Formats: sequence, structure tokens, C-alpha cells
Amino acid sequence: MEFIGKIFALAIAAIFVQNFVLMRFLGLCPYIGVSKKLDSAVGMGMAVIFVMTMASTFTWLIQTYLLIPLKIEFLQTIAFILTIASLVQLVEMVIQKTAPALYKALGVFLPLITTNCAVLGVAILNINENLNFLGAILNGLFAGLGFTLVLVLMAGIRERLDKAEIPVSMKGMPIAMVMAGLMALAFLGFAGLKF
Amino acid sequence: MSLIKEFTKGFIKENPVFVMALGLCPTLAVTTSVENAIGMGLAATFVLVFSNIFISLIKNFIPPKIRIPCYIVIIASFVTIVDMVMHAYVPALHKNLGLFIPLIVVNCIILGRAEAFAGKNKLIPSIFDGFGMGFGFTLALIVIGGIREILGVGQFLGFNILPKCYIECPMLIAILAPGAFIVMGLLMGLMNLKKKK
Repeated sequence: MEFIGKIFALAIAAIFVQNFVLMRFLGLCPYIGVSKKLDSAVGMGMAVIFVMTMASTFTWLIQTYLLIPLKIEFLQTIAFILTIASLVQLVEMVIQKTAPALYKALGVFLPLITTNCAVLGVAILNINENLNFLGAILNGLFAGLGFTLVLVLMAGIRERLDKAEIPVSMKGMPIAMVMAGLMALAFLGFAGLKF
Repeated sequence: MSLIKEFTKGFIKENPVFVMALGLCPTLAVTTSVENAIGMGLAATFVLVFSNIFISLIKNFIPPKIRIPCYIVIIASFVTIVDMVMHAYVPALHKNLGLFIPLIVVNCIILGRAEAFAGKNKLIPSIFDGFGMGFGFTLALIVIGGIREILGVGQFLGFNILPKCYIECPMLIAILAPGAFIVMGLLMGLMNLKKKK
């Protein structure tokens, strides 16, 4: 029972209290770039969840069984980013073969997941917070869920924002940023949530 | 002198943060104080300049299909160097910047300049481009950091700027997450306004 409680606490932390986009400022570029339409936001979110979970898995394994035994922890950045880049390449090839419609919908955003700071961020955070293997995988999964949640919320709001009357200089990016700020304010309300 | 133009274009006309909207993650995260902003800006400039140098030097030997992973390895190496140097010589700043030092490797500015400029131009223009973009980035960080630090704690670089009555009750939201987004949004709106005029 305590085990389920721990997983639940991890989920609440990763999705709400320390939301990766609004609180940790990770994953902002695709957040602003893809959140214009609801469908592409959902598609991107799914891809990011998958990549983040797999990235957490493989980077944890590499850290534990390759970097630490050989005492080359300083190569962490290089090793992790290469792992993530290869993973994204793999995911891209798999999606291209199995779901060509999704591949076309995601377009250029799929290779861009490589430079998504959230993916490298969660990989490094797993190590810094000394999570075990299961914790790392789950943290990646929940972080991806938190990212997708905020992305979908933002897309829904932006679709309506397009039709509102906004001063010309604030149209597009500026108002999206202010919107994100208001969402962050709302998520700040989770700050005292503890288990 | 076109070289000087490569240098100054990164300041305002093609400012990576305000105009091209690149490198947003570290911008919002580290601008809680001007000191952190300057630290991050200089670290990123170092990585940008040196990776531009190396990429421009070996651009003719990299097969086009695998150029992005090659750029990433070069950038990651310099990020590792910066990380270790900062950890050794400025440990307090290293702790403040935390996660975002290794995240310089996925900073879209550096990869973007490598792809758009250093991969296609000679060594000297690439150096100037690197310095220009780096300083433009640092400038943007200082502006945002300054606004947030003055509003959020009433200080600038640790010096009390605003009167005591403000420091006792500052606009705390400016240094918290929402403030970052809102300040950024308003600044971008301001830049748009300036561009239209």
C-alpha cells in the first residue's frame, strides 16, 4: 500500500506541484511552437511521453552500468544527449513505417524532440534525485504526462484566443507567454501539496 | 564593414531571445537575478563561440546526413568543459544555475547558429557571429533578470535600488515562475510595438 502511495506522490509531484513546463521551465520551445492546434498538441504530447519514458529508462541504465563503473560520470552530458538523439531517430523511423499519417501530422516537430530540454532535463533530474530504476521510468512517464497536460490546455486556450480581440503587438507569442504565466500562477496553487 | 555587422546583428535586429524566440528555457529559469543571468549568458557565449569555431573548421569533412549529431557532440563537449570549470571556480553560481548548465547543449540558439551559420560560413565570420549572438543572448538575459530582480526583491546585482518600504514588501511574483512568463510576454509585445514603428 505504501508503494502505491509513493508512486502517487511521485505522479502528483511530476504532473502538478513541479510541473515540468510551468514550474521547472523545461520544454518551452515546443510548448510555444506546437500549442496552436489541439490535434498537433495531442500528437506531440504522445510522442514526448513515449520519448521521455524511454529516455529515462536508457539513460538510467547507461549511468548505472556504464558511467559509474568506468568512473566516467563527467561524460554524462555527452552520453545522455547521444542516447536521446538516437532514440528520437529510432522513434521517427518506427512511426514513419507504422503510422505514416501521424508522421506527416507531426512533421518537423518529431526530430525537434531531441532538443526538447524536458527530455534531457528529466534524464539528469532522475540521476540528481537518486531515483531507483522504477522511479526513474515512472518519473519520465509522469513528467511527460504533465507536459502533455499543459500543452493540451494551452492549445485549447490558444485556439479561442485567436478569435479574441488582442492589441496587434501582443498577438501570437506575447499573449501566449502571458497566458502561460497565468497558468503557472494557477499551478502555483499546488505548491503546498505534500504527502 | 560586414564583419562588424555579423557581430552587432545579434544585439537587436536578430536578437536570439526577443526576435527569434530561441533559448527560452534557460531565459525564463535563470533570470531570477542579474548575477545568474550574466553567469548563464557568459557560459552560453563561451560554448557558442567555441562550437562555432570547431564546426566552421570541420564543416567540409562532416557528411551532411549526420551533421546534426556531429554538431551535438561538439557542443556537448564544450558544455561539459564549462560545467566542470564552473563547478570548480564558481561553485555558488554553479549551484544556482543547477540543471541549466548541462541543458546549454540543447539550447536552440547554439544548435541553430551551428546549423544556420557556422556550418556554411568561414572561420572568422563564424567567430563574430558567435560572439554577437552570445552577447545578444546575455543582453536579453540581463534585461529580463534586471526587471525581475528589481521588481521581485528591489535589488540589482545585490545592491538595494528601491526604497526600504518596497524591499519589505516586494512584488514576489516577479521572481517566481508566473512572473517569468508574464514579464517575457510583455517584453515581447514591447519589441513588436517597436518593430512596427
